[in-house]
Amino acid sequence: MATYNLKINGKVRQVNVDPATPLLWVLRDHLNMTGTKYGCGIAQCGACTVHLEGNAIRSCQLPVSVVGKQAVTTIEGLSEKGDHPVQKAWLEHDVAQCGYCQAGQIMQAASLLKNNPKPTDEEIEAQMSGNICRCGTYLRIKEAVKSAAKK
Amino acid sequence: MNNDKTALNRRSFLKASLLSGGGMLMTVSWLSGFKSADKSEALNLPEQWAQLNGYIHITPDNKVKLICPNPEFGQNVMTSLPMIVAEELDVDWKNITVEMGPHDNAKLGAQFTGGSNSVRMYWKPLRQAGAAARQMLREAAAQTWNVPAGEVTAKAGVLSHSSEKTAKYGDMASKAATLPVPKDLELKAPKDFTIVRKAKKNVEGQKIVTGKPLFGLDYHVDGMLIAMIQHPPAFGMKLKSFDAAETLKMPGIKDVFSLKLYEDGFEQAGFDTRSFNDLLVVVGNTTWEVMNARKKLVANWEPAGDVKDTMGGRNGKREVIVPGALESTTTQMQQMQEYAQKPAQQLRKDGDPETAFKNAAQVIERTYNAPFLAHNCMEPMNFFAHVTDEKALLVGPLQAPGWTEPTLAKLLNLPPEKIEIQMTRMGGGFGRRAYGHYLSEAALISRKVKAPVKLMYTREDDMTYGIYRPMYTATYRAALDADKNLIAFHVKGGGIPEHPVHANRFPAGAVDNYLAEGWQIASNITIGAFRAPRSNFNAAAEQSFLDEVAEAAGKDPIEFRLALLKRAKEKPVGKNNEYDADRYAGVLELVRDKSGWGKPGNEKYNRGVAAYFCHNSYAAHVVDMVTRDGQPYVERVFSAMDCGIVINPDAATNMVQGAVVDGIGNAFYGALTHKDGVVQQTNFNNYRIIRHNEAPKKIEVHFVQNDIDPTGLGEPPFPPVFGAVANALYKNKGRRFYNQPFQSEMEKVI
Repeated sequence: MATYNLKINGKVRQVNVDPATPLLWVLRDHLNMTGTKYGCGIAQCGACTVHLEGNAIRSCQLPVSVVGKQAVTTIEGLSEKGDHPVQKAWLEHDVAQCGYCQAGQIMQAASLLKNNPKPTDEEIEAQMSGNICRCGTYLRIKEAVKSAAKK
Repeated sequence: MNNDKTALNRRSFLKASLLSGGGMLMTVSWLSGFKSADKSEALNLPEQWAQLNGYIHITPDNKVKLICPNPEFGQNVMTSLPMIVAEELDVDWKNITVEMGPHDNAKLGAQFTGGSNSVRMYWKPLRQAGAAARQMLREAAAQTWNVPAGEVTAKAGVLSHSSEKTAKYGDMASKAATLPVPKDLELKAPKDFTIVRKAKKNVEGQKIVTGKPLFGLDYHVDGMLIAMIQHPPAFGMKLKSFDAAETLKMPGIKDVFSLKLYEDGFEQAGFDTRSFNDLLVVVGNTTWEVMNARKKLVANWEPAGDVKDTMGGRNGKREVIVPGALESTTTQMQQMQEYAQKPAQQLRKDGDPETAFKNAAQVIERTYNAPFLAHNCMEPMNFFAHVTDEKALLVGPLQAPGWTEPTLAKLLNLPPEKIEIQMTRMGGGFGRRAYGHYLSEAALISRKVKAPVKLMYTREDDMTYGIYRPMYTATYRAALDADKNLIAFHVKGGGIPEHPVHANRFPAGAVDNYLAEGWQIASNITIGAFRAPRSNFNAAAEQSFLDEVAEAAGKDPIEFRLALLKRAKEKPVGKNNEYDADRYAGVLELVRDKSGWGKPGNEKYNRGVAAYFCHNSYAAHVVDMVTRDGQPYVERVFSAMDCGIVINPDAATNMVQGAVVDGIGNAFYGALTHKDGVVQQTNFNNYRIIRHNEAPKKIEVHFVQNDIDPTGLGEPPFPPVFGAVANALYKNKGRRFYNQPFQSEMEKVI
C-alpha cells in the first residue's frame, strides 16, 4: 500500500492503494467516480479512456504509481456543466444507444480534436478505432466528432 | 378520435401472451395500475406526487413524471414508452421527466425487455393509461368548475373551458387521482399525434455524456463488498476441491467459499440457464484486490460427467441429461455433419416434395454453417445484492425481472413481496440479460457473507461463461423445372443444442412443394436468446440460398422474391404462414427504389440484397461493397423497415443503423470456438468485434409509412444483414461463402 495525491479534474485526491492498482479501479472503487467504465481490462475496448495531461489513455492499463503529478481528466471533469463541444455534439446527434462505451468515446474524441482540430474521416476512424461500441453507433460518433470539430 | 372501449373497467384485466425465447406465457394485469389512490394516499405521496396510475405522476406545481416500465438496454424505451403516455395524456414533452419504474408487475405490466416486444406490448396499455388520466383530469376540472366534463378540453398540460376558466394539470391532479377510472376512453387518431412520430432526444442523454452512475456496475453503497466467481476452465468440468490459503493471505480478501447455485432437484424455469452450478467465490473489498487474489486460488477440477437437470415450467417437471463431454469445435462440426444425414423431425410439409425433387430439371443443394456467438455486452454481467433473513434488495442490469423473481424467491425462501429488484440502465443486453443466474448468484453470495455485495464478471468471465447463440447448420435444396420455376423447397436445419428452423416463414406459402425438418444435438455448452434468436442464422442461410436460386433461375434477386411473395399473397400454399406477403414485398420494393437497384450509377459497388420477417416486423437491406486495401468492405447500406407506426423516428433510425453494423461485424468476424470444452476466445484481443474503421460510411434507413399498430425494431433489422453481406461478398469475390464468419473463410482460401 502507498499513498498518492492524484490531480483529478483539477482537485487533489488522496488514495491509499496498492501501487499496481490501475487508475481505472482507483477512480471507480476508491474515489467512486464511475463515469470511467470497465470493458476489457486489457486496453482493447477504450471504455476506460481518460486524459493524462490532455492525452487519451486507457486507464485500465495505467498503474496508479506512474501517474505522479500528471493531471488526470475524467468524463466527470471534461467540462463543468456537461457542455464541452464534444458532449454537445453527442446530444445533437443523439449518439447513444446503451451508452456504456460513450464516456470513453467522448474522451477519445475530445483528445483527438484537441490535437487535430480539423480531422479527416480517415483520421477520425484511425483515432477512434480503439473504442468499441457494441451497439454500433459508429456512424453517429463520426458525425458528432465532425460537428464538434466545427465549433 | 377513436372510441376505445376495450377491457377498461376496474375489475377486468388485459391479458397478453408473451411468447419469446423459452415460450413463457405471461399475464399482464396492468390495469391494477389504474387503482385510484384513496385521498390520503394521493395527498401523502412524497413531494405531493398525485399518482393517476402506475405510469403518471403529477405534482400541484405541474411537474409531470412518467414512469418507464421496461428496463433500458439501448433500445431507447425510456424515451419511446413515455412518449406514448405523453401523447394521450397530452402534455408538453418539454415539461416531463422520466423515471425508470420499480419492479412491480401488478402495476407496470410484464416489464420484459426482449423479443422486440416493449413497444408492441405497451402500445395499447400506455395509450389507455394516458387517455384515462387525461379524462380524469378533465372530470376533476369539470367538477371543480361545475360544468359538464365534455366541455372541458385538455391540451398540452392545460385544462380549459369556454367560460375562460383554465387550470394546469397540476392544479387538478390531486383531485383527479381520487376519481374513478373511466370505462370508455377516447384515443387519438394517428393523424392527431403531436409527440409520437416526432424525433425526441434520449431522455438520459445528458447523464450519459457526463458519466453519471446509470449502470449496474456503477451502483455503490457504503460497506459493499466485491465478489467474483472462479468457474471451471472448461464446459463439462466441475469443482473437485480447492485450497484458498494463498488467496486469503492477499490484502482486502474477506472470504473464499464454494456454494451451489441450484440444489439437486431444483426445478429450473426456462430462463434459469446457468453454465456452472458449483461456484467458487472470492469476496473482498475492492475489484482489483479480488481480481488478484482470485489468481492465487488453487482449484482442482474434474470431469462433471453427465449431469441431470430438473426443468419445471408450463410443460410440467421433467429431467434433462446434460452430456458431460469436453467438446471441441472440430468434433462439433463432425457431429453436425453426421446428424445432417440422419432422419430428422418433420416440421412442415406441403404438396409432394419428394416427387417434385425427383422430377426436377435442376436441383440446387447448399449447406450453411455458423458458429456459437458471445453477446459481449460492453458492461459485463454484474449485480448488487443485499440479502438478509427478512428481505432482499437487488440492483443491476436485467432484462426480465418478472422471470427472475420467482426463482429468487425459491432460492432465498422469501416471499416475492420481500424481494425488491431495481433495474439499472444496461450496458447492452442482446438477450444475454434475460438469464438472471448472475443475480441469483449475487443473492446467494450476499446471504452467505451477510453483507451487501456486488458480483462482477470480468470480460474473461463474461465471454467464457456465457449463454451463447447456438451453433447452427442448415442444408437447403431447391428444385427448378425446365422453365426455371421454383417447384420445390426443402430446408433441413440443425444445431447444438437446438435447431434454427422457422418452418412457417417465407418461402413457405410461396412454393407448392415444401418440406422443413429440424434436428438437434444435446450439449453442455449453455445457449440462449441472442438478438433475433434463430432468425439471425436463418436469414443468413436462406437469403443467401435464395440469391443463388434466383441466379440459377436467371432472375433478378428482388424480382424473384417479389414473384414468390405475389404467389404467397394470391394463392398461399399451406396453413399457418406467419408473414404478411404484402408487407414483406413492401420493404423489398422500398429498398429497391431507395437504393436505385438495377439503375445506373451504382457500378462501383458489389451489391447484395436480403429481406426477412421476424418479431412481427419486416426488414430489407441492400449492402454496397467495395474492395478496400485488398479486403471486402461494406461502404454503404440502404435499409427498409416496416414496423408499423414508428414512435421515435430518429432513435429508430439509430437502432437500425446499429443493427446493420452489428450484423456486418458478426457476419465477418463473430465466432466462439471450443477445444476440449475450453472456450478459445477470452477477450477483445481474440474475439473480434467490428470497429469504427470497419463500419459503413453511410446507412440510409427508410420506414414504410402506415398506421398499423407498432411492432418491434430491436431485432428485425439484424438477421437479413448477414444474407445481404453474403450476397454482396459473392459479387465481390466471385464465389459463394457458406461458413460464418466470412473473414475466417476468406483467410482459409488465401
